[in-house]
Amino acid sequence: MSILTAIIVLAIISVFFGLLLGYTSVKFHVEGDPVVDKIDALLPQTQCGQCTYPGCRPYAEAIASGEANINQCPPGGETTMLALSELLGVEPVALEDEHADEPEKTVVYIDEQVCIGCTLCIQACPVDAILGAAKQMHTIIESECTGCDLCIPPCPVDCIHIIPVKIEPETWRWSLPESTDTTPKA
Amino acid sequence: MTRSSRQLWNFHGGLKLESNKAISTLSPIVKARLPKRLTLPVQQHIGEAGALLVKKGDKVLKGQVIAQSNEYVSAPVHASSSGTVVDIDEYPAPHPSGLNTLCVVIETDGEDKWIELQPTHYVNTKSPAELRQLIRKAGIVGLGGAAFPTAVKVNPGPESHIETLIINGAECEPYISCDDMLMREYAAELVSGCSIIQYMVSATHCLIAIEDNKPEAIKAIQAVVKEQALHTIEVVSIPTIYPTGGEKQLIKVLTHKEVPSDGLPSDIGLLVQNVGTAVAVHKAIILGEPLISRIVTVTGEGVKQPQNMEVLLGTFMSELIEQSGGYHDDACKLIMGGPMMGFTMQTDHLPIIKGCNCLLVENKLEETPATMPCIRCGACASVCPAQLLPQQLFWMASSKNFDLVQDYHLFDCIECGCCAQVCPSQIPLVQYYRFAKTEIWNQERDRIKSDHARVRHDFKQARLDTEKKERAEKLRKKKELLEKKKIAEAAAKKEGTETEVDPKKAAIEAAMKRVQEKKAAKQTSSTSPDE
Repeated sequence: MSILTAIIVLAIISVFFGLLLGYTSVKFHVEGDPVVDKIDALLPQTQCGQCTYPGCRPYAEAIASGEANINQCPPGGETTMLALSELLGVEPVALEDEHADEPEKTVVYIDEQVCIGCTLCIQACPVDAILGAAKQMHTIIESECTGCDLCIPPCPVDCIHIIPVKIEPETWRWSLPESTDTTPKA
Repeated sequence: MTRSSRQLWNFHGGLKLESNKAISTLSPIVKARLPKRLTLPVQQHIGEAGALLVKKGDKVLKGQVIAQSNEYVSAPVHASSSGTVVDIDEYPAPHPSGLNTLCVVIETDGEDKWIELQPTHYVNTKSPAELRQLIRKAGIVGLGGAAFPTAVKVNPGPESHIETLIINGAECEPYISCDDMLMREYAAELVSGCSIIQYMVSATHCLIAIEDNKPEAIKAIQAVVKEQALHTIEVVSIPTIYPTGGEKQLIKVLTHKEVPSDGLPSDIGLLVQNVGTAVAVHKAIILGEPLISRIVTVTGEGVKQPQNMEVLLGTFMSELIEQSGGYHDDACKLIMGGPMMGFTMQTDHLPIIKGCNCLLVENKLEETPATMPCIRCGACASVCPAQLLPQQLFWMASSKNFDLVQDYHLFDCIECGCCAQVCPSQIPLVQYYRFAKTEIWNQERDRIKSDHARVRHDFKQARLDTEKKERAEKLRKKKELLEKKKIAEAAAKKEGTETEVDPKKAAIEAAMKRVQEKKAAKQTSSTSPDE
């Protein structure tokens, strides 16, 4: 008899918790993968595709699924790789190519004398940073350009050039002092 | 004197330094000669750069606006003398980076002719908002060195009530004496400026804080206050200890209150202004003159005649050195600012800007002492006036741990240099903090930019998707229509073979008939008037 009571009580409890879990999983359902969002937030959003994925979000998805490594983002450089390793709790990996740990920031500019107004670059730009229309001269909106260089290959007249972003006194950075040995003596 | 009447407190840490101020206070303030060329950077303040109002070849008058401020946190720039704009281009800026900045170059005509000034004779006839507007138009920024637009600072918002106005005449950094000389020679103007600011923020009283190593300045201001019987203004002599002139440190000394870590003095009912700013406010309101000059201390062992000079903004540093007797042969280093917080300049062909209080020429061929490893002595922490842990900050900054360094309140560091001064291992600590600060700002800019790029990318993606969908929808509709037509045609054909009457053809025929009838009617009507 007592065994039967125990079984009934346990059954009732399990049914109750089953329903509760079922309800919460519907009620608090999270759209999409929050890890992907977190990874995506760390990526530089150049949408350049140098990671071999078509944009930053696909790369974030690939990292989240374990398909891609965290060292495939050249524009992000070492900073992004380290941030990703911290977020995901994995060991830092050396960057894939010889890209310096801090890549130079660049933008592109269109040589307006040469531009024929073909709109191919406009279609290639992932962030709509190129202004122009068919048979009209095109120009780059510099403040919007991410330096992904995706507009360069489609250009039939090679009128798009890469220029480094100018450093102003306001954006200038102090360098780390050269020190012989900064490790603390215990 | 007054010191006994008021209780004072101490701030944590600080240093007693050799003041070295006497060498530049022997002679009164000298007016610098009108230079041939004035080079005026459009960005001389914290905030947005001004928008240019002049072009090459324009004639300008003294006090004319050459770059106006369109943003809230910004300040206009005025021509400091009359002449012709001969160039608008990038020139080296008086900035630690040595990078170029946009400047307006004016060739002076020697007439020094003012624009029409609009003085305010009775301050009480204007509202605080109107006065703020006048201060904004005069391009006044904090002259203690930070160059934050004053019009913004004197507007603490409707929530904060300013109880006490503190006028900062501490001038704690060695060698610098421009505020000292200003207080001695412009005491009446200073007190007038204090009253104006006090009126603007409706502060109940005003404290003018001066370090006790400037007895002449204290005496001069006390005399003016006594003469005008201003009971709400009090001159307070404070102990000489570096960096008591720091805003938060001065507040602690005078009121025993502490400004919250991420707050402002206005949160605790205080407003701090530099003495030079107060004089500039007096000039802007009472005389109507914009900020076009300031007092600069030219000093140091490397210059022959150390002195204080009243300098038009845009004058080259080299001209001031020349008018101060020139360099000694062993002069080796030019610093803008003082020995503790100043920046080494690579050249003296740089203009004086609003925030430049001192030119210090050093002569010792200072052998950069070899940096030794940190021995964890803790001397830095005991002198830090912001009560930070300089040692921890140093390790975090050098290992680029920018998140942790912010948790240890890096941004409360005022870069006073006390920690580096006492470090027995000669570690250039402040440079590590500056490195970390600029890196963090850079990361923040990158983050904002990448967020912006993400939004634009998503928007483009969404646009392409809707375009694609629309096109597909159109195509589908067209196809549907075509199919319907086909079916209808097929059906019609079937019917046509039976009845020989196509409704479409019939309709066309009917229309043709109508047209022909109309034509005929027209012909008859057009021929009739001829007859």
